[in-house]
Amino acid sequence: MLTNKNSLRRKGAMPYIVVVAAFIVLSILSNGVLGRAHMALLVPTCCYIVAALALNLCVGVLGELSLGHAGFMSVGAFVGVITSESLSASIPNTGVRLFVAIIIGALFAALAGFLIGIPVLRLRGDYLAIVTLAFGEIIKDLITCLIVGVDENGLHIVFNATGTMGVEDLHMTEGGKTIIQGAQGAVGTQTISTFLAGFIMIIVVLFIIQNFINSRTGRAVMAIRDDRIAAEASGLNITKYKMIAFVLSAGIAGAAGVLYGLNYSSIVASKFNFNTSILILVFVVLGGLGNILGTIIATTILYVLPEMLRAFSDYRMLVYAIVLIVVMIATNNKKVRQFIGGLLVRKKKKNAEGGDAYWLISRIK
Amino acid sequence: MEFLSYLISGLSLGSVYALIALGYTMVYGIAKMLNFAHGDVIMIGGYVSFIAMNSAGLPAGVAILLAVLVCTVLGVLIEGLAYKPLREATSLAVLITAIGVSYFLQNAAQLIWGANPVSYTPVITGTVSLAGGKLNISIVSIVTIIACIVIMICLQLFISKGKIGKAMRACSEDKGAAQLMGINVNRTISITFAIGSALAAIAGVLLCSAYPTLMPTTGSMPGIKAFTAAVFGGIGSVPGAFIGGLLLGIIESLTKAYISTQLANSIVFAVLIIVLLFRPVGILGKKISEKV
Amino acid sequence: MKKKLLSILLASAVAATTFVGCGSQTSGGTKEEGGSTAQTSEGDSETTEGTEGDSASAEGAFKIGAIGPLTGEAAIYGTAVVNGAQIAVDEINALGGDIQFELKGEDDVNDAETSVNAYNNLLDWGMQFLVGTTTSTPCVAVAAEAYADRVFMITPSGSSVAVVEGKDNVFQVCFTDPNQGKASADYIAENIPGEKIAVIYKNDDVYSQGIRDVFKEEADAKGLEVVYEGTFTTDTATDFSVQLTAAQAAGATLIFLPIYYQPASIILSQADSMGYEPTWFGVDGMDGILTMPGFDTSLAEGVMLLTPFSADAEDERTQNFVATYKEQYGDTPNQFAADAYDAVYTIYESIKASGVTPDMSTEEICEATIPVMTQITVDGLTSEGMTWDASGEVSKSPRAVVIKDGVYVTP
Repeated sequence: MLTNKNSLRRKGAMPYIVVVAAFIVLSILSNGVLGRAHMALLVPTCCYIVAALALNLCVGVLGELSLGHAGFMSVGAFVGVITSESLSASIPNTGVRLFVAIIIGALFAALAGFLIGIPVLRLRGDYLAIVTLAFGEIIKDLITCLIVGVDENGLHIVFNATGTMGVEDLHMTEGGKTIIQGAQGAVGTQTISTFLAGFIMIIVVLFIIQNFINSRTGRAVMAIRDDRIAAEASGLNITKYKMIAFVLSAGIAGAAGVLYGLNYSSIVASKFNFNTSILILVFVVLGGLGNILGTIIATTILYVLPEMLRAFSDYRMLVYAIVLIVVMIATNNKKVRQFIGGLLVRKKKKNAEGGDAYWLISRIK
Repeated sequence: MEFLSYLISGLSLGSVYALIALGYTMVYGIAKMLNFAHGDVIMIGGYVSFIAMNSAGLPAGVAILLAVLVCTVLGVLIEGLAYKPLREATSLAVLITAIGVSYFLQNAAQLIWGANPVSYTPVITGTVSLAGGKLNISIVSIVTIIACIVIMICLQLFISKGKIGKAMRACSEDKGAAQLMGINVNRTISITFAIGSALAAIAGVLLCSAYPTLMPTTGSMPGIKAFTAAVFGGIGSVPGAFIGGLLLGIIESLTKAYISTQLANSIVFAVLIIVLLFRPVGILGKKISEKV
Repeated sequence: MKKKLLSILLASAVAATTFVGCGSQTSGGTKEEGGSTAQTSEGDSETTEGTEGDSASAEGAFKIGAIGPLTGEAAIYGTAVVNGAQIAVDEINALGGDIQFELKGEDDVNDAETSVNAYNNLLDWGMQFLVGTTTSTPCVAVAAEAYADRVFMITPSGSSVAVVEGKDNVFQVCFTDPNQGKASADYIAENIPGEKIAVIYKNDDVYSQGIRDVFKEEADAKGLEVVYEGTFTTDTATDFSVQLTAAQAAGATLIFLPIYYQPASIILSQADSMGYEPTWFGVDGMDGILTMPGFDTSLAEGVMLLTPFSADAEDERTQNFVATYKEQYGDTPNQFAADAYDAVYTIYESIKASGVTPDMSTEEICEATIPVMTQITVDGLTSEGMTWDASGEVSKSPRAVVIKDGVYVTP
């Protein structure tokens, strides 16, 4: 029991070690060795890692497939942009402003997660997945209809349902600044995201998720995932625990969105569509459902590699698709598993100790 | 008079949804899985008929037959290669696999035919003018609606009367028991996929004729909406898919006309959410109690 | 445990296939660009090869980067820009003067994020001038970067005002969207008055929205009667029956389409199947409709559009350009190719006027060329005597063309 716990702790330290090491190496390299193209990938990689960790919490730990996590990123991104742009005068320090934007963006995304969670978590399986997809699309459409500007009287928001309204409908005073121009998204945002902020965010999110998984609540959530009926019979409040995990996941995805939104001078809601949700899902599935270190590594490799090898980009999604299918069959079909297991017997003996706690977490069912 | 126009374009759109939804509802009813790739089979059907007509110069009828053939084979292949190994797996694993298949088809199509949209040559053209030219209905709308009704009736007869149809219903009720009664469950599921995919090919041709454009992502949105229609009508029910599809098409068309073109998709999805919350079995679905 | 090993194995297998795939891609010479654009047209690979050849011969050449969608839905524009720029570069290099160019094209798939990555790749390569980006949305993002980094940027076709606004080092060869909207309204008011106008536009596109906003304003000012406005977005760009029915019900006799050609082709086709035959009026984005695979060009008969370039123009320069383009890329050049061609000549003129040399840094070149941009006059394919003001907007006159028997003719 004791050794098991220790091994869990030791294992839990691995992601931190890897992330810190990567940060130190990249920081040293960024002084001249890395080109601009590489440097520009650092912040988005951090964003996708955090988003993938958030989705991992939902799919791997909670065991519910969400196809709308890009929607939460979207909420975070646009709330973050609005916060940052409206506070640009009152908080000139970009670091502090970024921090405030991330907190507010994450809170709004968590709120969205809560509101969506009320209907969604009553459903199960395929229905739940398709409804999260629906909500992701609805969030995208709603943000597409928003026109937001700020002047000395505060925020001006117009909901442009017919699509024919413009910035002039905000009725701002002379010095007003448009933040979101409806379907064209946020334009002219001051980019304040930094690699350091991304690094800190990954560490904080790792800390939150690992603590959550090992907490009483986290164990309850996993119990529900493994056997809902047994968990319910043991007196667990299913809805409450599911909601906690879902809202946490949404909030983290929102934080990733803020970092992303404030990394580009212009951003549109349609960037956070179904394809982005799937992309994050691919990161999570290939990293191993529930496997935190795996998620981080898979995200980094799968995001950076195609950007580095532009010629490959045509085949990227095709290869992802095939791998997705093969991984699912290989990990879920008894015969295939036995077959590959047989091949790995020798290797397995060598690595027999350790890693079992992770194996437990990474189980799907 | 515009209202009638909107209603008819809604009916036509709804008929296409209904045809696609029939594929969803049969597969879901029998294999208990959401075949996410169904919409992309439609796209493949569209491309096959497009290539047959434009590059090979075949007549429309032959092109449609070819599309049906290719899609049927494709459906059976997908089922055998990707879904069959996962018969015992969790629904999460099956759904992720289905998404994988959907992405595979889209990206394969993109590599083969390019991402640029092509302009689909409608199989049927022409207009019927009513009320002294005030109401113009395109013939393709009428054909779509009629085709949908005919196919729905045939399918309903096939499932309720035919031997294979009975096997399908048995598999849908209880796979284990069906197996014990001598029904080949795997073969029945393959046949279901074959029929669903054949319908998808016809839906593809009609969809592209009514909305004459074709690109690798053409099938995904109609696919998701058709699933909504299947849930709306009650998943597993053939008349339900028909009614659900028509209602959804009308809702979408009227929303676009009278509320907002931008929010049309959102409103369709909102309908799905409301239906799932208040009547999870849909309009004509039956309630299945959960076994412990 | 087993599962973990398995996923590691699979992940490494993916990585391995990736590398293998790429190895074979790049083995035939540095044809990365050509590889990624293989699906658009044969011409692309020729472009890259041409570029490589020049780079070997041209010591101390200026490095020009071009960015545009070479793959994806908008590939026709990016490909045209790179090809058009290549022809200009080849012509200037062939003059054998002191000013030699080296061109490198990068793909951005019409996506802002990818576009910024492409821009950074080009800077790593040593880009001193940027011809791009091709489409408006990515262009706004890249322009912000170029402004911060002090890179001289001239966009052939990024027509949004936001591209040049507040940026002293960013210039446009095309009309801004407002100019195009204004010119369209003026043209209609002058030449086809008395029509009831409907506008169908794409409101998630900066380009479409920008043109429509000013068109509406100018139409109101000129007393044109706009009876219906319909919008759509990327997600709803497949079915226009509702917008067309509404336009018809509102009695519209002219439909203004400030949109790209793909949705326009659906609109034309659906209107035809409804038996609705208004006058169609498009903008430069309509360019490309005639070469769309499967499109029945008879549907586009009589469509009018404003474009600064038409391949049937009689002047010698245009004819040479069209002939070279056809010879090298097997296609009739569109307005985007001509704009890119003019962009390269504008850079050429600005270098001549400012006297910068290839060994200067990107930033020095940028600072030296900005002041001369407002002084030079460039005669190009798209207009005679183009001049620029400090805002970066070009001053030139639009030309209206009409589609007749499948080709553009001047009405």
